[in-house]
Amino acid sequence: MNIGLLVSHYNYWVVIFLMMVGFYILISRGNLIKKVIGLNVFQTSVFMLYITLGKITAGTPPILTEGEVVYSNPLPHVLILTAIVVGIATTSVALALAIRIKEAYGTVEEDEINRIEAGIEAGG
Amino acid sequence: MLLTLLAATGLGLLRIRNLFAVVMLAGVYSLLSAGLFTVMDAVDVAFTEAAVGAGISTVLFLGALALCGHHESRPGHTPLLPLFVVCLTGIALVYGTMDMPPFGGADNPVHHHVADHYLEESYHEIGIPNVVTSVLASYRGYDTMGETTVVFAAAVGVMILLIGARTRRERPGGEEGDG
Amino acid sequence: MREEVIVRVGAKVLAPFIITFALYVHFHGDYSPGGGFQAGVILAAAFALLALVYGLDEVQRVLPPWFVQTCAAMGVVIYAGVGVATMLLGHNYLGYNALAPDPTHAEHGQHYGILLVELGVLVTVFGVMVSVFYLFAGRVRKAQ
Repeated sequence: MNIGLLVSHYNYWVVIFLMMVGFYILISRGNLIKKVIGLNVFQTSVFMLYITLGKITAGTPPILTEGEVVYSNPLPHVLILTAIVVGIATTSVALALAIRIKEAYGTVEEDEINRIEAGIEAGG
Repeated sequence: MLLTLLAATGLGLLRIRNLFAVVMLAGVYSLLSAGLFTVMDAVDVAFTEAAVGAGISTVLFLGALALCGHHESRPGHTPLLPLFVVCLTGIALVYGTMDMPPFGGADNPVHHHVADHYLEESYHEIGIPNVVTSVLASYRGYDTMGETTVVFAAAVGVMILLIGARTRRERPGGEEGDG
Repeated sequence: MREEVIVRVGAKVLAPFIITFALYVHFHGDYSPGGGFQAGVILAAAFALLALVYGLDEVQRVLPPWFVQTCAAMGVVIYAGVGVATMLLGHNYLGYNALAPDPTHAEHGQHYGILLVELGVLVTVFGVMVSVFYLFAGRVRKAQ
């Protein structure tokens, strides 16, 4: 593994690392709120991947000015800008669901919910 | 550098079991990623991320914590299987990046589809300097309308979940109240 | 937190500036970073700040829930309405060139069109964020 590859792909790898951290939180933790946070980490890592793709070395933000300037790619910025706002909207739906589950079952731990469900089924 | 900090914050998010601290750390994570977006020239995105991630979403999470309790119980089963799945996926993804173009290259394929047109022609066609705004609202106006509708639909979802339940529960006698 | 003088005065001083800043971010979005999404979130954050410091009731007296819920719907209507208006003027759906006051400079219409649809985005995002915040905060207060 040479240094050039490390430098040119470091961003991708950290993005993948963060994505996997979010994924791991999502599948290994039982608490629903923690799961939502894991989803958020995952989501942000995808945002970073897109922005990373749009960056050009020595580029500037895509706001047009006089003269010859290299601009970074504006397209990923647009996509991610809207994705962030949609992300917070869906997160709030997820949290609202968690709140309703808490009210219905008295807990947001997946294991306990499963136990309660099993108890209901066994009891008739 | 920022990326390394982000990775460290991510690990913290994973380890800490007090959800209050986790939510605060998630705010830090958002701010760090906003800094990263600024470095990567995505100033509009950084702006949004700072306002949304560190502001509104932290408040919403705190509200949810106040209702759901802020301590996470120890996971009941062994973490080996999830860890295995995650490592496998991670290795597959890293293998995938070997074919990716180097970071920051000006002739990467992503920069040569429609981005050139946006950067060169948008000032004549739209007449405003901020390309992100002109792409957002004009070239991709349909997209943005869809996004706005999705945000609205999400709010309707939250309203159905949180308003409807309250009235139904209070009707049968008014003693049960809210848990 | 009711007794914290510094927090209360600080919030009172900050809030108008945050609201003005949100409007600046919206209307200056053509020339600098910003636009409807950011402005809506910042505006919502101003009211969330006030609600956290002064209590939910005080803020809901100024900004009742029915109003923000109507806002959330109105934003979508503004956005779609711009599209319908350009269609009525004989252009494509969301073809902003129709909005130009002077037909020889059709691209000026783009400017108005973008400002209008961004206004729709602002109103929706603001309405959604504040109404979701109200619902969450209302639940917390009921639970206590």
